[in-house]
Amino acid sequence: MAHIQLKNITKVFGRHTALKNLNLEIEDGQFFVLLGETGAGKTTTLRLVAGLEKPTSGQIFIDGVDVGDWGAAERDVALVLQQYSLYPRYTVRENLEFPLKSKIRRVPDDEIKERVARAARTLRIEHLLERKTDRLSGGEMQRVSIGRAIVRKPRVFLMDEPLSALDAKLREALRTELKDLQRRLGATFLFVTHDQIEAMSMGDRVGVLNHGHLVQTGTPKEIYDNPRDTFVASFVGSPPMNLIDGSLAGGRAVIAPKTFELPYEGAVKSGANDRPLTFGIRPEDVVIEAGAPVPATVHDVENHGVEKIVTLRVGENTLRATVPASTQVEVEQDVRFAWNPKKVALFDKHSGISLRHAG
Amino acid sequence: MAAVTTSTERTLNKLAIAGVLIVTLIFLAPIYWIASTAFKPRNLSTTIPPTVVFTPEVSPFVKLFTKRSQLRSPPTPEEYAAAPWWERMVFDGGEKVVRDGKGNVQWSGYPSRFMNSLIVATISTILAVGMGTLTAYGFSRFKVKGEGDLLFFILSTRMLPPVVVAIPMFLMYRTFGLNDTHIGLIILYTAFNLSFSVWLMKGFMDEIPKEYEEAALVDGYTRMQAFFKVVLPEAATGIAATAVFCFITAWNEYAFALIMTNRRAQTAPPFIPSQVGSGLPDWTVIAAGTLLFLLPVAIFTFLLRNHLLRGVTFGAIRK
Repeated sequence: MAHIQLKNITKVFGRHTALKNLNLEIEDGQFFVLLGETGAGKTTTLRLVAGLEKPTSGQIFIDGVDVGDWGAAERDVALVLQQYSLYPRYTVRENLEFPLKSKIRRVPDDEIKERVARAARTLRIEHLLERKTDRLSGGEMQRVSIGRAIVRKPRVFLMDEPLSALDAKLREALRTELKDLQRRLGATFLFVTHDQIEAMSMGDRVGVLNHGHLVQTGTPKEIYDNPRDTFVASFVGSPPMNLIDGSLAGGRAVIAPKTFELPYEGAVKSGANDRPLTFGIRPEDVVIEAGAPVPATVHDVENHGVEKIVTLRVGENTLRATVPASTQVEVEQDVRFAWNPKKVALFDKHSGISLRHAG
Repeated sequence: MAAVTTSTERTLNKLAIAGVLIVTLIFLAPIYWIASTAFKPRNLSTTIPPTVVFTPEVSPFVKLFTKRSQLRSPPTPEEYAAAPWWERMVFDGGEKVVRDGKGNVQWSGYPSRFMNSLIVATISTILAVGMGTLTAYGFSRFKVKGEGDLLFFILSTRMLPPVVVAIPMFLMYRTFGLNDTHIGLIILYTAFNLSFSVWLMKGFMDEIPKEYEEAALVDGYTRMQAFFKVVLPEAATGIAATAVFCFITAWNEYAFALIMTNRRAQTAPPFIPSQVGSGLPDWTVIAAGTLLFLLPVAIFTFLLRNHLLRGVTFGAIRK
């Protein structure tokens, strides 16, 4: 178990800067999720912690010790990848034994046996032990892969999109299992994903990466409720937060050009009144009801079972609203809507940064 | 899909099979010719049209392995009766087996040439494939400055026809005393095969996901251990394919062997035709030598055939 700290990490590949001045701290026993799009630098961060890459500048501390010069073997981390994570030609048992047979660990044979058995029990793969890895299903492979990580009792678990290659049902099941496993082991996890649902459901803390910058870290709730900028706002949440350009006038949000006006009841900082803004509102905070102030047309309706996602057309803007499935709406129907004036987030239109976060 | 086959399709299929058979027969004909000649009596080896039905005999092989000289006069009946069965075959051909002062039968040059071929081809193949694999691994996994240029440079050794470098090589070898030595030929063939081996192995190495060894590195193994434990087993197919090609090249090489060796380190290819010139050409002996010479490559290829097939189609089936 370990505490991890990344200090001013910059990583450059040729002319491409993968990470820029990254600062990150993961508490002992924390499930930390790095969330970002493909190419945001998530995997690079993971590989830096694993010791498979060296940072161009900056320091990495594991339990307060600078591990900059340590190789991957010495760092005692475990890595689970999206695919190619098992040794082909080996059986499941041989795969699980592999890390324990390393010369630097020198685990006695009967302990290897016992640890493999325990890991197999934990992950419910006992019946697969003698099977070759090329005869496993995707879910089984990932279980074995995780098993190879837990036999070792590493200081940190590093997971690079371990669930992305699996089908939706299995992904959901393994998500719960993985979170459960982490709690039972009390282990430190650094989990990388592009799937915001994984991040929100599993992470104790989430860090959002965008183009090599760590944009925001916080609990899933903080990130969801209070995104630092429009990137986080639109990346986290499904459907994402509605973002509409406008300005504040007399405590009301005015959506230009004169499309609609709605009340705003959040905090107003000085200077918020005189500049172009972007209003952010989560779809669940948009209400469709007969007596609401703004008229709109239903553009599209997606039925998700417990709820419906309704896309509204208001002038040149579109807005999405999550409404109960019982709400009767049809495409091209004229409706009226309002929003929860307390839940509206303000972003600077040019920088995209939330006014709540900016100075 | 084969559920519905029309009669036209079946006819076409049969035609295709017939075509393949014909081509196969054409390709096999020279091998049959060599094999049959190796068992023919000498007087039948050059008949026109070729003799197809004959009583096979092993006299060509006896002659191939023994040192012989022309008989001035036919052997006396006592001599003939005292001689073992194989020596009589030589007598029948108008020759006698050469013996040293103690009466021991003298071997011909063939067995030692054959051994030379085995030694040179085997060692040079091991060296070329071994170094090629390591080099390919380096190029495939690490950032090498000027990688493209270097790889091109490695390949450039194959761009010159051997004839162009033969004379300078010969002079160099003479200066360094490498003429007619095993080590000289081994160096030559290794150098010749290395570029090929590097390029071929680079392709195979690139196909092996680097995640495997990275997993091993994280699991507590050194780069070397990871290479031997994880990469090498994965590369086995490629190594087998490369080894077969290198072995065949080294085994069959003629020009350099002819120029660089003459006795001690001479390999079989320049030796076998040299038998044509000693006395009257005995084609049966040449055929016997050639037939035996074909065997090692055939066996080697046969043993590795599974790897070879997978190796040749490696990139194609994976993606």
